[in-house]
Amino acid sequence: MKRFGWRKNRPQSGQDVLPGEDHAPPAPLPGESLPEDPAPTEAAPVAARAETSLAAQEPPAPEKKGWFSRLKSGLSRSTGALSEGVSGIFTRARLDQERLDELEDVLIQADLGVDVAMEITEALASERFDKEISPQEVREFLAGHIADILEPVAAPLRIERDRDEPFVILVVGVNGTGKTTTIGKLGNWLQGEGYRVMLGAGDTFRAAAIEQLQIWGERLNVPVIAREPGADAAGLAYDAVEKAREAGADVLLIDTAGRLQNKSGLMDELRKIKRVLGKLDADAPHAVLLVLDATTGQNAISQVEVFQEVAGITGLVMTKLDGTARGGILVAVARKFDLPIHAIGIGEGIGDLRPFDAQQFAQALTGAEAAGE
Amino acid sequence: MFDTLSDRLSGVFDKLRKQASLNEKDVDTAMREVRRALLEADVALPVARDFIAKVREKAVGQDVVKSVTPGQMVVKIVHDHLVEMLGAESVGIDLAAAPPVPILMVGLQGSGKTTSTAKLAARFQKRERKKVLMASLDVQRPAAQEQLRVLGEQTGVATLPIVAGQMPVDIAKRAMEAAKLGSYDIVMLDTAGRTHVDEALMSEVAVIREASKPHETLLVADSLTGQDAVNVAQRFNERVPLTGIVLTRIDGDGRGGAALSMRAVTGCPIKAIGVGEKIEDLEDFHPERIAGRILGMGDVVSLVEKASEHVELEKAEKLVKKMEKGTFDLEDLADQLAQMRKMGGVQGLLGMLPGVGKMKNQMAAAGLDDKLIKRQEAIVSSMTPEERRKPKLLNGSRKRRVAAGSGTTVPEVNRLLKMHRQMSDMMKKAGKKGGKGMLGGMPGLPGGAALPPGMQLPPGMNLPSGVNAPGGLPPLPPGFLPGGKK
Ligand SMILES: Nc1nc2c(ncn2[C@@H]2O[C@H](COP(=O)(O)OP(=O)(O)OP(=O)(O)O)[C@@H](O)[C@H]2O)c(=O)[nH]1
Ligand SMILES: Nc1nc2c(ncn2[C@@H]2O[C@H](COP(=O)(O)OP(=O)(O)O)[C@@H](O)[C@H]2O)c(=O)[nH]1
Ligand SMILES: [Mg+2]
Ligand SMILES: [Mg+2]
Repeated sequence: MKRFGWRKNRPQSGQDVLPGEDHAPPAPLPGESLPEDPAPTEAAPVAARAETSLAAQEPPAPEKKGWFSRLKSGLSRSTGALSEGVSGIFTRARLDQERLDELEDVLIQADLGVDVAMEITEALASERFDKEISPQEVREFLAGHIADILEPVAAPLRIERDRDEPFVILVVGVNGTGKTTTIGKLGNWLQGEGYRVMLGAGDTFRAAAIEQLQIWGERLNVPVIAREPGADAAGLAYDAVEKAREAGADVLLIDTAGRLQNKSGLMDELRKIKRVLGKLDADAPHAVLLVLDATTGQNAISQVEVFQEVAGITGLVMTKLDGTARGGILVAVARKFDLPIHAIGIGEGIGDLRPFDAQQFAQALTGAEAAGE
Repeated sequence: MFDTLSDRLSGVFDKLRKQASLNEKDVDTAMREVRRALLEADVALPVARDFIAKVREKAVGQDVVKSVTPGQMVVKIVHDHLVEMLGAESVGIDLAAAPPVPILMVGLQGSGKTTSTAKLAARFQKRERKKVLMASLDVQRPAAQEQLRVLGEQTGVATLPIVAGQMPVDIAKRAMEAAKLGSYDIVMLDTAGRTHVDEALMSEVAVIREASKPHETLLVADSLTGQDAVNVAQRFNERVPLTGIVLTRIDGDGRGGAALSMRAVTGCPIKAIGVGEKIEDLEDFHPERIAGRILGMGDVVSLVEKASEHVELEKAEKLVKKMEKGTFDLEDLADQLAQMRKMGGVQGLLGMLPGVGKMKNQMAAAGLDDKLIKRQEAIVSSMTPEERRKPKLLNGSRKRRVAAGSGTTVPEVNRLLKMHRQMSDMMKKAGKKGGKGMLGGMPGLPGGAALPPGMQLPPGMNLPSGVNAPGGLPPLPPGFLPGGKK
């Protein structure tokens, strides 16, 4: 086992919480600066571990910027426009229909979708119509409302400790959303938590997809179970579970080929992968993560819908929030589906995964704290 | 979700009296619906606003042609303007320059650059008989260079040997050198994905451009992109002036509003579209198709083309004869089912038809999907050849055998037989009318369901005549609609 560089400190018993929940780094309020957490404490108490291990996981290699400023420049840059939009509309004025319409547009521009945008503006109207309101109040209202929608689904990925069997996580999604990269980041995170991680190269279709995961395996120094390109993905998944068992791994992360949700043949393949996984361990896969790309528009709703039906997804990860896309579709998704949102991706590096925090996301989206900027 | 614009507009205009021309108030009402449709299709807000303003101007005061409703008239105006904005004339990739002609591929992470690079290269090599060299400048993503190498191997297109540790700009220079020495006609430069706000990577790509002087710089973008499409296109265009756009994942069920957004902010034509993961899944851009999709009007042209592609001529001619003679047997039914599957299955097919949004949901609810087709195919394949020719032979015990053999049930076998009877009746009738032209009016729609009212094709969007795919579109079996549970 050592040969894979698995950490020796096995996790404590009970349930662990990943990525850190309440102990996540405080919401990055644009404009405010946070100290980089310096203390990588191996034996830190559970409550503090997620946070500290996060900082500890940053690769020593030259990080262009600290993680906080990157998240800030990612998330809040995308919110900049929204925030500006709001300021542009309201310079302390009466809330009339025209202004509400404009506000609705601002929300639509963040990909929240027409329905959710209308719902939110209607909520605002019902409280404040025809009353004087300042831009800051509008932002706070929006952030509050959006946080209320997101709060119930913001939930860390839970890995059961003390299992005899490996905890199997299947990662699914449409092409190019960031599944493989997310596996790399998640593997890194889990490792930091003391789990013994193994990877399964279930994308046997795309050129060099196996090599891509193998490189992540090298970065993490963990074994990658693979077959030749073109091999049956379900068979590979079965292999991987078997090998993970033999090796006594705690967590097995299985990559899958990207697939569009409207391709019934490919969705059938996914069903088969799930079925086959259940053969070795009736409860497997224990988690099925859908990876969504923040730049995706309204189609994300259909992605969630179909993948949920076909693969029984248990949670979401949203990637590429380091661009200008605001990921507002996540609000619409949260509104419609009762699915936990676990984490967000804010870059291509191994450390660029963050726990999903409803407040933080809502504030970043609306620029609620950006008044001073 | 599949509410169509024509749907909505007919709702709006049903309430209005029939008028000779479109008045301002009606147009405004209609424009609210159009606007909503555009936004739901992910057209970026500023682009949608601009679009509405222009269409409004065109529409007010327009005479309504006698034979159409005001709603249809508006749809036609909207549709035509959309096609115009998307670029009515299709523009291909320009290869007219002194070889080696460099083509630079840029875009966000995971948008489909590498795949599109290989697709284009394969097309140039095969269709244009060009000697093509591909080089990956992606030192960012693990195994990215390997990915292009494998694709080169699969397609028989040369790739620049990988030199570990070399920087993108140097790879670009080496590629141009190698292309000159090897007298290549075209050099395809695949780059790493980058967000347009990553200053380091954006200046890198600008330097790559300087060094390679590309004849074409193509932005590869995902057709599922949301409102951010404008920012992406604008910023890339600022840093590396674009000459064209490649839109990928058109095979998804996204509405494709990003096409309009990107076209509008860059002014660049969409030069190719990706319609699948395989190398041959690359097509020219047809604005009408995307226009139809954005407006939720179905993709009639594609449907017709797909139909003609997949229905094999010979079989189709045989089928026409059989229809005329009324000897359409279960073997033929199995062929039809197989063809349907090839054309993207029930869902794929329906997605392309105008006005079937609601029906699509109904059918899904009734369990009418591709699995059903597969089961029905299984039933037929469990019959003996004799039974397939003479379905009447199937008595109780034979049916039980077939059901067991195909892993289905006797009621399912019965349903299939009923469906076949209805189809052959229908075909006899069609045969008498002249056999061909199954396409006109789509008589084969499930259960003979007519298109919902108000959902006729907008004028000017008629099915291209003379496109009679041999034998026509495989009719959807009538027994297919609800009630066909499991
Ligand atoms: N900027 C940014 N890029 C990301 C993020 N996550 C993944 N990527 C990049 O997105 C691209 C696609 O990521 P992959 O992990 O290969 O995606 P995938 O879903 O496995 O793709 P397929 O297997 O091809 O379907 C790669 O270039 C990644 O580096 C993120 O959070 N931010
Ligand atoms: N369905 C579909 N998938 C595509 C298309 N183009 C690319 N892909 C897939 O999208 C993913 C990312 O593509 P890739 O070429 O690696 O993107 P890059 O990161 O921009 O180079 C891969 O899984 C491809 O197979 C397309 O037109 N349709
Ligand atoms: Mg992958
Ligand atoms: Mg690539």
